[in-house]
Amino acid sequence: MATLLSPPRHYLNDGYGIKSWLLTRDHKRIALLYLASVTVFFFIGGAMAVLIRLELATPVGDLVSDETYNKLFTMHGVAMIFFFLIPAIPSVLGNFLIPIMIGAKDLAFPRLNLLSWYIYVVGGLFSLYAMIAGGVDTGWTFYTPFSTVSSTTQVVPTALGIFVVGFSGILTGLNFIVTIHRMRAPGMTWFRLPLFVWSSYATSLINVLGTPVVAITILLVAAERVLHFGFFDPSVGGDPVLFQHLFWFYSHPAVYIMILPAMGVISELVAAGCRKPVFGYTFVAFASLAIAVLGFLVWGHHMFVAGESVYSAMIFSVLSFLVAIPSAVKVFNWTATMYKGSVSWETPMLYAYGFIGLFTIGGLTGLFLAAIAVDVHVTDTYFIVAHFHYIMVGGTIMGYLGGLHYWWPKISGRLYHEGLAKIAAWIIFIGFNLTFFPQFVVGYLGMPRRYHAYPPEFQVLNVLSSAGASILGVGYLLPMAYLIWSLRYGRIAGSNPWGAVGLEWTTTSPPPTENFAQTPVVTWDAYEYPAPVETHVA
Amino acid sequence: MPPLFPERASTMAYRVDNLYFFLLAITAFFALLIAGLIVFFAVRYRRRAPDAVGERIHGNLVLELAWTGIPLVIVMVIFVWSTSVYFAMAKAPDETLNIYVVGKQWMWKFQHLDGQREINELHVPVGRDVRLITTSEDVIHDFFVPAFRVKADVIPGRYVSIWFHPTKPGRYHLFCAEYCGTRHSGMTGEIVVMDPSEFQAWMSGGAPEGSLASTGAKLFADLACNTCHRPDAQGRGPVLDGLFGRSQALQSGETVTVDEAYVRESILNPAAKVVAGFQPIMPTFQGLVSEEQLLALVEYVKSLATQPQQPPTARPANGPAPGENTPVKK
Repeated sequence: MATLLSPPRHYLNDGYGIKSWLLTRDHKRIALLYLASVTVFFFIGGAMAVLIRLELATPVGDLVSDETYNKLFTMHGVAMIFFFLIPAIPSVLGNFLIPIMIGAKDLAFPRLNLLSWYIYVVGGLFSLYAMIAGGVDTGWTFYTPFSTVSSTTQVVPTALGIFVVGFSGILTGLNFIVTIHRMRAPGMTWFRLPLFVWSSYATSLINVLGTPVVAITILLVAAERVLHFGFFDPSVGGDPVLFQHLFWFYSHPAVYIMILPAMGVISELVAAGCRKPVFGYTFVAFASLAIAVLGFLVWGHHMFVAGESVYSAMIFSVLSFLVAIPSAVKVFNWTATMYKGSVSWETPMLYAYGFIGLFTIGGLTGLFLAAIAVDVHVTDTYFIVAHFHYIMVGGTIMGYLGGLHYWWPKISGRLYHEGLAKIAAWIIFIGFNLTFFPQFVVGYLGMPRRYHAYPPEFQVLNVLSSAGASILGVGYLLPMAYLIWSLRYGRIAGSNPWGAVGLEWTTTSPPPTENFAQTPVVTWDAYEYPAPVETHVA
Repeated sequence: MPPLFPERASTMAYRVDNLYFFLLAITAFFALLIAGLIVFFAVRYRRRAPDAVGERIHGNLVLELAWTGIPLVIVMVIFVWSTSVYFAMAKAPDETLNIYVVGKQWMWKFQHLDGQREINELHVPVGRDVRLITTSEDVIHDFFVPAFRVKADVIPGRYVSIWFHPTKPGRYHLFCAEYCGTRHSGMTGEIVVMDPSEFQAWMSGGAPEGSLASTGAKLFADLACNTCHRPDAQGRGPVLDGLFGRSQALQSGETVTVDEAYVRESILNPAAKVVAGFQPIMPTFQGLVSEEQLLALVEYVKSLATQPQQPPTARPANGPAPGENTPVKK
């Protein structure tokens, strides 16, 4: 009798109290720990962006001092890149979904997974300490010799924070790789994997291979600052440009760490939003791997104006053009998936439309930067700022929010308010374009990035951008509000509110701690519609 | 109405813009194509029943090959075009008006060869190929003139060359485009492009210290460089006359072309590349000479390049080296 009255057991009510969360080994609970922590850093980084845009509403530096401004854009970059964009999709959505999508009970190393989160928190605390202790003003790129000999700010604590958080990404990557190799359910062959798993696999490869390089690089900066080794100091035979090679060897692939998981999310959203297989599954899957491999060979395109020889510039240019191809292939395939689909206008699909449009512009403007002659003019200007925000905000954050909405019923067991969610998606799309499109124009005009004050003829475009940022800010606060609201007041979701296929929709919402009552046996390919339909349970 | 497109004031500006317009057209075409298809499909194939599913279409090899191959051809066209423009940017013409540039936190210092010095403002004549030889006293800066479409990092410990050919008199923004610390956004200036006659008048306006090479010659004597580097091959150091621009055999068996960077290195780190037949006995001048003094010394060594070979009437004593068409001191 008691079992009939108590709610079904699932991962959220399987133990209460702070200890059951902080010592959990359940990948789903760890995903939620990450969700809370990356959200904190997203809003810290976002608050700094608000101050930056407020300052730039006028040409003179009048809101904050130049020193403060430099710290704001540095910490905006550090918080957003290392503590939000890189971990967000793998650690939140990947953690939650990969075991369920492949029919496993958990990741291969559950304790290691929890350790990754603690490492993330320690790294985050170092960086928060650096912010509170006065901040750092080197730019997120830490270029030498400025970061090693000139800056008088908290370079070492920030560097240590990034060094530490890197291990979190390495361990998560390792965990995913082993899990995807070893833990797939019977019948879940490689080419039956959802494309989100493929892109997470490619991301994990970059994480495991690339992150150690930035860890070493950032340690060299700290060592040079404290012990004056002279790796990057020309007066003792070092080379400041060496730092840039080491830094971008990781940090360009890091761009793909940020965008590949979002591409995986979009493949899932498009398939479910059209109730149809993703067009050219194998091409989309291998495009992820091609991006991961080619992404390691293009770092030199960040240094076309940094005294690179003309021939190495040429090689890096042609490789950068090549990496555009697999991205284009993905965009064409997503678009083609919609052909003769049963195309949804629900919130996750709105984010997918937004992603494809914005990523297309972000990707195509990448061609301007691969073309050396044009890159010379636009590098280090707002054109670059606009380009990478189209990729990282227009791409990664759109993918992240789209995925969060799509899987929210699975994560929470509740439905969010669809009308509000649609409005928020539109606000974000419009605010985003108003913020960043004018930056392409002002960048080609010649406005350098990281400028606290600027010539008055650039003001109109900057005011447009600042206005857009205020709209974007509202857009980001809305989901925060209605998603939390839905936890208590949202309608019960049922196991498959979207009528989607995929193992995650075959288990209950929220799933039980062990994910499935019985280990599933897979006898079908990914995205095979029609699915056994089990729609909205109100 | 504020400007939406930058001024074009150099030969390179037109070449870069042509490529830019091509890229814009490609971008507009594909962005509109994708956006148009998404809107069309989203409306045309909108879900009409709650449990409707799409058609089972798995892909199409011909389409995959098409949208791999066509973009590949397009980007290769862009690559070839862009690289040809870049090669023209990278290689300065043979005859240039040379000016030295030193960046420091947070100002630009310019040194004309005949002694004129400027800060945060650079005067150049219209219609001449101008070559800047840049270096930095402290951190990495970046010399950026949007109206010329030129930009290059100014790197401590290196000489980086930039060239442009101004086509239109006027005043143009100069920005530091590599973040360099607190007052980075204050490290700006103006390039003043003048008619040649005005430029000549401006240049003759006063250069109290004499030419840069003569400043270098004075410094050469003050630092007692001339006790070892004597013109008569009797000194303990190599003869510098006729040296610049030549290829020089080294003690290590390698050879090096004597350029600005080699002269600089030999003053600061003399043991790095010792000339064949000499002992590494020269002391370092690291910390004893500033970047600007180094430039004066480099320019002096350059000025010695052709003296012995040229008949004395061919050029004034401190005149330009071959390959440089430098305005003669008035």
